Amino acid sequence: MARKITYQQAINEALDQEMTRDESVIVMGEDVVGGSGGHGEMDAWGGVLGLTKGLYAKHGNRIMDTPITESGYIGAAVGAATCGMRPVAELMFIDFMGVCLDQIYNQAAKFRYMFGGKAKTPVVIRAMYGAGFSAAAQHSQALYSIFTHIPGLKVVLPSSPYDAKGLLIQAIRDDDPVIFLEHKVLYTLEGEVPEEPYTVPFGEANVVREGDDVTIVAFGRMVLHATGVADKLAKEGIKCEVIDPRTTSPLDDESILESIENTGRLVVVDESNPRCSMASDIAELAVTRAFEHLKAPVKTVTAPHTPVPFAKSLEDAYIPSPEKIEAAIRSIA
Amino acid sequence: MSELSKEKLLEAYRMMRTIRDFEERVHDEFAKGGIPGFVHLYAGEEASATGICMHLTDQDRIVSTHRGHGHCIAKGVDVIGMMAEIYGKQTGTCHGKGGSMHIADLDKGMLGANGIVGGGPPLICGVGLTHKMRGTDGVGIAFFGDGASNQGTTLESMNLATVWNLPCIFVVENNGYAEATSSEWAVSCDNYADRAAGFGMPGTTVDGHDFFAVYETAGEAIARARAGGGPSLVEVKLNRYFGHFEGDAQTYRRADEVKQLREEKDCLKIFRKRVVDANLLEHSDLDKIDEEVAALIDEAVQQAEAASPPAVEELLTHVYVNY
Repeated sequence: MARKITYQQAINEALDQEMTRDESVIVMGEDVVGGSGGHGEMDAWGGVLGLTKGLYAKHGNRIMDTPITESGYIGAAVGAATCGMRPVAELMFIDFMGVCLDQIYNQAAKFRYMFGGKAKTPVVIRAMYGAGFSAAAQHSQALYSIFTHIPGLKVVLPSSPYDAKGLLIQAIRDDDPVIFLEHKVLYTLEGEVPEEPYTVPFGEANVVREGDDVTIVAFGRMVLHATGVADKLAKEGIKCEVIDPRTTSPLDDESILESIENTGRLVVVDESNPRCSMASDIAELAVTRAFEHLKAPVKTVTAPHTPVPFAKSLEDAYIPSPEKIEAAIRSIA
Repeated sequence: MSELSKEKLLEAYRMMRTIRDFEERVHDEFAKGGIPGFVHLYAGEEASATGICMHLTDQDRIVSTHRGHGHCIAKGVDVIGMMAEIYGKQTGTCHGKGGSMHIADLDKGMLGANGIVGGGPPLICGVGLTHKMRGTDGVGIAFFGDGASNQGTTLESMNLATVWNLPCIFVVENNGYAEATSSEWAVSCDNYADRAAGFGMPGTTVDGHDFFAVYETAGEAIARARAGGGPSLVEVKLNRYFGHFEGDAQTYRRADEVKQLREEKDCLKIFRKRVVDANLLEHSDLDKIDEEVAALIDEAVQQAEAASPPAVEELLTHVYVNY
């Protein structure tokens, strides 16, 4: 049986292997070493959740702490990428994008276009996202649709340890700026992960489960919810096809359309707020390009149009639940 | 002044004259309606870009501002391509996809004019970091204005450059106005260079009408950075002749302010007088350059006007390397 490691370990391993392979790969972020300049251990933390632990011991100054200065170091990562480095900058929580967004969407995303194709900006910005830890409104958002909107950026949402490693290695080797988003609830998820380096290509959806009755397109952590519900309904004879797009930009629209053409029914499960979201984006895809195949209205299961609440009772109601996904499927199946 | 060879003095004058004529001509052509978009001109500030970039090679990178034409020319970007870019033509430096506010030429170490005030300084930390990690003696220069001088990105970058000990020079070109607002009002200290102490780096204020003063001050900061001595802040006090953008009537300035500056503080006139009085160059040497530059700018405008715009298919190219 293949080796099992966690989603968190898979990300650490991808960083380690790429830093070993390519000298131009560097890692920076707040406390990614986690003890610079103090009187204790240099790498006391190894990331706020210990995700980059061990990299300093192996790679020395190619992993570096930054002051809490998101615009400064995200911009530095972008600038270094234009000089031929392959920086991986950790923006701890995606919610902090508001502090440094200009460097991402006006600088990194646009250089190649504005400069007439003469720039390459192979930067990776890693961040955790998502609700489930009572981390409240400023540490729990699922903001991937904002980045997906911006031409020039690629956006990656791994839902398994296998994809986390393969997609991160692809992100580091990719020549475009990549926003790599890790769901914080998935860090402890275990799965089979090959020890050797490998890549998972962008823009190729993973058909997690095949079925002819209903297509479920789910993102990130929601892939697990969707798969669980599909397993349950299969026992009743409702056969769901679960599609994990893996990347929202580029998006594997062909795989989604192909599935809708087969099933005629679509449920989209998206942890984000509903307006201008991946849910509305996939729904638009279905009605503009596969309308003639639809046998029922498209259903979306999303968070409500509210900030992420703190109290457990409210947060549980906020996150799309297996029960809501099941109800959506049953309403059209 | 005496340390510069005759060849270097001629180069400096040619650079400044090229910037001046380029900008005066863009001003005229914009008024005639030949140039689209937003244009911000550097005329009056030539000694700054020239005095600093004369120290640089192609491996050294700069980031620039809205007012970036002068930095481009001083960094060696092709003037013919620049003019075509400003006209939005396929033959432009960026194939007409960037325009005045986004001219870049990475091969020349020009990482772009920037449409975002304060957008450049964080990027230059990445340039400095790359040079440091690769063990080169290259440097990064962030040009920014008094407007960007108060942006958090600029202040964060100066802190980061010191913390990481980066070979970066932060050059604030204080031309007295952020758009229409006086820097005397908007900048909280008398000399911006005083802020350097708060970031643990040397800071110097220099007269930006005096090429030699800029050249000397920049030379010290750049040499220090090349030797591993870390970042510096240089405040260049200077003036722009034209408005924040073309079309700005500049009613926030004293009525005769620009006229007086052109008469008394013109860096080209000051340079000419200094080198001729010191018997380093003849008027005829400089007159010859004036004629050659005028011809070059004429040629640039003619070529730009004659060039084709980008084909519609170019709309969809250069978004990604692979997608």
